[in-house]
Amino acid sequence: MAASRTDAPTALLAEALSKAYGKRRALQDVSFTAAPGELVAVIGPNGAGKTTLLQILAGALAPTAGRVSLDRRDVGWVPQQPAIYSKLSVQENLRLFARLEKVADVTGTVQRMLDQIELRERARDAVGTLSGGNRQRVNIAVGLLGDPSVLLLDEPSSSLDPRQRERLWTFVSALAREGGTTVVYSTHNVAEAERYADRLLVLADGELLFTGTPAELERATGEHAALDFEGAFVRFLRSRGH
Amino acid sequence: MRWLLLKDLQILRRSPLLVALLVLYPVVVALLVGAALSSGPSKPKVAFANLVPADEAKIDLGGRRLDATTYASELFDAVDPIRVDSREEAIAKVESGEALGALVIPPDVIERLQGTLALGGGDPPTVEVYYGAENPLKRRYVQATIDATLADANKALSDEIFKEAASYLSLIVAGGTLSLPLVGDIDILGLRRAQAIIDAAIAGLPEDANARIALQQVSRFARLAADNLDVSGPILASISNPVRVEERAIGGSNASLDVFGVEVAVVISLMNVALLLAAGMLALEREEHAFGRLVRGLVSRTGLLVEKIGLAGLFAWALAAVMLAVLVAFLGLGWSRTPAWLAALAFAALAFAALGVAIGGLAREVRAASLLAFMLALPVAALALVPSGAVDGTLYDLIRIVSGAFPFKPALAALDAALNGGGLVAPLAHLAALTVAFGLIARLALRRFA
Repeated sequence: MAASRTDAPTALLAEALSKAYGKRRALQDVSFTAAPGELVAVIGPNGAGKTTLLQILAGALAPTAGRVSLDRRDVGWVPQQPAIYSKLSVQENLRLFARLEKVADVTGTVQRMLDQIELRERARDAVGTLSGGNRQRVNIAVGLLGDPSVLLLDEPSSSLDPRQRERLWTFVSALAREGGTTVVYSTHNVAEAERYADRLLVLADGELLFTGTPAELERATGEHAALDFEGAFVRFLRSRGH
Repeated sequence: MRWLLLKDLQILRRSPLLVALLVLYPVVVALLVGAALSSGPSKPKVAFANLVPADEAKIDLGGRRLDATTYASELFDAVDPIRVDSREEAIAKVESGEALGALVIPPDVIERLQGTLALGGGDPPTVEVYYGAENPLKRRYVQATIDATLADANKALSDEIFKEAASYLSLIVAGGTLSLPLVGDIDILGLRRAQAIIDAAIAGLPEDANARIALQQVSRFARLAADNLDVSGPILASISNPVRVEERAIGGSNASLDVFGVEVAVVISLMNVALLLAAGMLALEREEHAFGRLVRGLVSRTGLLVEKIGLAGLFAWALAAVMLAVLVAFLGLGWSRTPAWLAALAFAALAFAALGVAIGGLAREVRAASLLAFMLALPVAALALVPSGAVDGTLYDLIRIVSGAFPFKPALAALDAALNGGGLVAPLAHLAALTVAFGLIARLALRRFA
């Protein structure tokens, strides 16, 4: 696991983000920053506001209050469900979204993405015929087409088996470590957050309860060496009344 | 937007079954509806037993011989006869369901008719009609067909009787020769000639002759009788046809039943294709989870709707245009009004497609959108075809308002005007207004679409 990079240059700045649906407040005054190449995990119980936060960062949802430092075009968004057309081939999906993103070199970019997600051999296959893991890779590739400086992943591994998850995180980690892409992802899998994230954002009921490294979260729960990370996380939430 | 259009065309190309169903189903439904509307019901099968011996089928009317089979043949224009030889056989055909009804002409019918015509008293001629009671609708249909045909036969016979009566009256008034069987020709003096003879006789009598007054009374009677009987012909004619019918169409369409059937078939086809395609393709964006990604700056929501309306409208327009072109050629309607009906179809296609995206936006799922489109389309089409006078006035006004809120009725009016020559501007403006209105509803629906 990499060290915290909170003192590094800022790639993403979210300031006092709030979102209300009528009287219900889905997100309350959430602020954080992310550095280039940093992997930030957003964790929290169901209904915590994780997806809402990512949608606002992606520009897919307007906040009730607050601002995001980046323009939509600098952010690649990968929704939880693969947002691609199952009747089209891998290549056709990439080409379509590259054209819609107004990428300068459509063919070159598509070929590069096919190499990057290691699906060149299946380029002509309909997405509907791919496994869940490969579909998610295409989903991520679409998010990367505009060569964004920040990639947002909404529960990217939720429908994948362990082997597919491993391949996904190897791929995503390489984007951050080797490509310098800032990756912000939400997950229910606390172990994944501990294992791959440089920094955690803990959300509950729309409130940002914690920002720091997984080690810092463990320390925040007190000296309970017997607890694993998940246990520590649950204890942390309970200690904050959630 | 063109890339989205290209993408949708690729998706449709990869869904041949869907496209085939989308095209074939509405076309088949539309053709069936059109055929049902443009053709009357088929001739019912009726068992026909003519028990009158062949050599006794002639009626003697005033010395003329009329063939009763002439009147029976009128019946065969309206029914599909199954000829049988006996009453029992005719009834058996009805009981077995082979015939919807049976008509039996008893052997004494000509004899009785002859008696009636000769004013000889006795029972009037009677034909027997049997109906299958298995289905009230069928029974009513056969009953109406046979009643109408027998009424025609009665009318034809009464016309012959009237002609004969009129010739007798003419003979009484003006005189002439009457031919009677066995007796030969008889000279009939007639009232006018009788008056002339009496007047001549009166002129030869002395002024104070006693017979003069009596003969003058007879002469006056002959003149009055001749004058009054002379107008009996027109009176009898008016009894034969007491009410004349003069038919004039006021407003509405002057389309023939065939052309109206074509119009309905084409508009139903257009409606189904545009509705299903527009609703389905918009809902598909959500089902594929692509909507959120698309409207995150890649395509505007309005742009997305315009693309779907354009795609569905173009597809439906092309299909309807081909269908109508085939039917126009088949019916020999001519091609001079082609630009008008192409324009009518284009406006209609856009209005239906706009309704389709509104449905897709509200339903949000492909299956729900397709179901909703069908559930909406059929009643809307049915309401638009309700004729005035068929229902209560207030209800009809309500039906007109509801029909006016959907594109079917103005589309039918536009196509009718385009094919038959009529005011095209009003229905096209109506369709354009509906396109905008449903487009706005769809745009509002997209607020909660993701």
